[in-house]
Amino acid sequence: MTALLEVAHVSKKFGNDTKALSDVNFSVREGEFVSIIGPSGAGKSTLLRCINRMIDASSGEINFDNVNILSLNKRELKKTRTKIGMIFQHYNLVNRLTVIENTLHGRLGFKTTFAGMLGIYTEEEKQQAIKILNVLGLNEQIFKRSDQLSGGQKQRVGIARALIQNPRMLLCDEPIASLDPSSSKVIMDHLKNISVKMGITVLVNLHQVDVALKYSDTIIGINGGQVVYNGSPKNITPDDIHRIYGSEAGKLIFDMGEIHAG
Amino acid sequence: MEADEKIEKISSQTLISNSPSKRIRIRPLTKASLVLRGTLVVLVLLTAYTFYTIDVKDVNFVQGMIGTAKNVKVMFLEPHLSHFSFSHALYQVMITLGLAFLTTVFGAIIAVFLSLFAAQNLSSKRVSVVIKGFAAFIRAVPTVLWVLIFAVAAGLGSVAAVIGMTFHSISYLIKAYSESFEELDKGVIEALQASGASWWQIVFQAVIPSSISYMISWTFMRFEINFAVAVAMGAAAGAGGIGFDMFMASSFYYDIREIGAVTYFILVIAILLEVLATQIKKRLKVNI
Amino acid sequence: MIWVKSMQADIFKKKKLNTAVFILLVCFVTFIAATITEFSIAKGIASVPKAIQWSFSNFYPTKESLTKLPDILDKMKETLLISIAATTVAALLAMIFAIFGSTATRVNAFFGGICRGIATVFRNIDTAAWAMILLFSFGQSPLTGYFALFFGSFGFLTRAFVETIDEVSSSSVEALKATGASYFTIIFQSVIPSCIPQIISWVLFMVETNIRSATLVGLLAGSGIGFAFDLYYKSLNYHTASLVVIVIVVSILFIELISNYVRRVIL
Repeated sequence: MTALLEVAHVSKKFGNDTKALSDVNFSVREGEFVSIIGPSGAGKSTLLRCINRMIDASSGEINFDNVNILSLNKRELKKTRTKIGMIFQHYNLVNRLTVIENTLHGRLGFKTTFAGMLGIYTEEEKQQAIKILNVLGLNEQIFKRSDQLSGGQKQRVGIARALIQNPRMLLCDEPIASLDPSSSKVIMDHLKNISVKMGITVLVNLHQVDVALKYSDTIIGINGGQVVYNGSPKNITPDDIHRIYGSEAGKLIFDMGEIHAG
Repeated sequence: MEADEKIEKISSQTLISNSPSKRIRIRPLTKASLVLRGTLVVLVLLTAYTFYTIDVKDVNFVQGMIGTAKNVKVMFLEPHLSHFSFSHALYQVMITLGLAFLTTVFGAIIAVFLSLFAAQNLSSKRVSVVIKGFAAFIRAVPTVLWVLIFAVAAGLGSVAAVIGMTFHSISYLIKAYSESFEELDKGVIEALQASGASWWQIVFQAVIPSSISYMISWTFMRFEINFAVAVAMGAAAGAGGIGFDMFMASSFYYDIREIGAVTYFILVIAILLEVLATQIKKRLKVNI
Repeated sequence: MIWVKSMQADIFKKKKLNTAVFILLVCFVTFIAATITEFSIAKGIASVPKAIQWSFSNFYPTKESLTKLPDILDKMKETLLISIAATTVAALLAMIFAIFGSTATRVNAFFGGICRGIATVFRNIDTAAWAMILLFSFGQSPLTGYFALFFGSFGFLTRAFVETIDEVSSSSVEALKATGASYFTIIFQSVIPSCIPQIISWVLFMVETNIRSATLVGLLAGSGIGFAFDLYYKSLNYHTASLVVIVIVVSILFIELISNYVRRVIL
């Protein structure tokens, strides 16, 4: 299978001296589940946002579906963004709107400015939104206001908003960092399902090494804006973890054996 | 839709069937959204009614706008002092600042004590309601009327201005202080009570220290407001200061260029105070 | 040296010293302020009981003054309407400036800075000062009051709206950008729905403030309820003047009641 996403020599500088990313290279196959791990401030978030150009990379090349994202003009970029769903740590919902309205926001990229401004959706889109919300177990919440939901439910609305875009790839920025363990498991299971059964590529930034090892096909370890590990979770060694997280990571590796066994 | 098939694939549960003929309402009407829309509609209707009925007394609207635009241009581009000197203006600005400062200090001192009794967690409900109601009444009377009412007893001048303006500051600060006192964690008061501390001890050791940054920010914000109020009182209630000079330039000398110069003085001080207030809030990490 | 060291170690002493310095400073500035403004604390304190005594003996409405009530109510209506109209139109303009001025939704940093700069100038010229500027072109007409309130409200509301947009909607703006939605779609689907309750709340607050300022502006511009008060006050007709004050207080408390209700429901 060919690569869906290819990141080549990407660097990002903030201001003159702060280097957030330096010469990042990796590629992702269609349908692959990839976790990006690394300490806080390593550049995970910046990297994810460079892919759909929420942040512009300073140099390099990002090919998505054989298109160089960095060379796109505004209109083409919007079109490409509709093919890439994004999920956020703090869900980023419009709290005052209902669950279904927030879900339908995923369709806005397909609409003319006028229809989008007025929020005119087709019945088909509404049916689709309800279907997706049902699949994610939110059938009770469809017409509730988003600020009445729990964190886990809000994140599922975030996923629904991304899925209704009918995307080729999902970018998930710390999707479970604000959730309790059981909600985290629900979210990760959904993401895994989306990747396996729907064939959508999933790229996740994660804090939790154990979760990353358990769910991913590939692990990308980042430290100081550089890729220091890129490979299967099966082959990862305590040394690798040490390189990703720096010297204090000793204790983090406690249950790696267990995860490998499972 | 292609996505449909994908969704079906991962779904094992039966879906709610929605007959495609029935429209799905994605934004159900709630009380909140009704009130919100109602408020908007009422505001728009009242505005339209105002424009329809306003009696402009043979003032030509367009000419007035053009005239104002011209005046504003002259004001800002050719400011000039003709009836008094630069140092006089500076001194008058100091007087206005002085009025604002006195008002703020007196207001803050009185408001601290009253707000302790207005905070529901430190006082009884009845006392709190009485003080808050009293403060709401004071706020409802415009400052200029307070000043004019005191002017009858004390004569026009700085005394009436400061006392009248202090009334408003007190009620504003009572509201601000008591709300920040009420945010204090109940557990803190309980802990100190359990250790046998008296009411005043709790106030000075827990309540005020934990709200002090909010209190400082609110007080400084009030100082900022009081400066503007002091300018207005100088113009409308004979309180003196730079506001009075502006009033004279506007109503007696008809000197738009002098108004421009005075406006620059006010603008510089007001913007300085605003920047200072923002800095204080940032330094104290207060978000109000 | 040893003394200095022990001072630094003793945090309580340092705190007390800081407090003392602060209090001394405030006293000192108070003294200077009282001197240049020729304010005497003794006279100030004495004036409060004097004013209360005077109010009880002169400042209440009589039967005779009640005949003026229809006139006063008419002026009050004019003032209320002008305050509301000025606020509503200013809010519309402020919304546009705030969208271009907020870091979450601005088109670019330069243009955003200009929008906020204009608002800063308008905000820092007080309504009363605007009234005196506008007197030149509009004379003693309700339009002077209208525009004075309009300019002051515009500056204040722009700042309030910018803060609201920054605070409430920067996260959902990011999410909608990522779906490929266009600029105006984002504004109408995310920014406005998420901010509208706060915006209404600010508008209602501004209406309340403007009714108070309108009294002052009316005094200067010779219109509305402020003019009515000035008329009776200057002709020493204190009974009727007190009736004006009562009408103002009742109106303001009434508006506050309504806006508190709306706020409670929509926020």
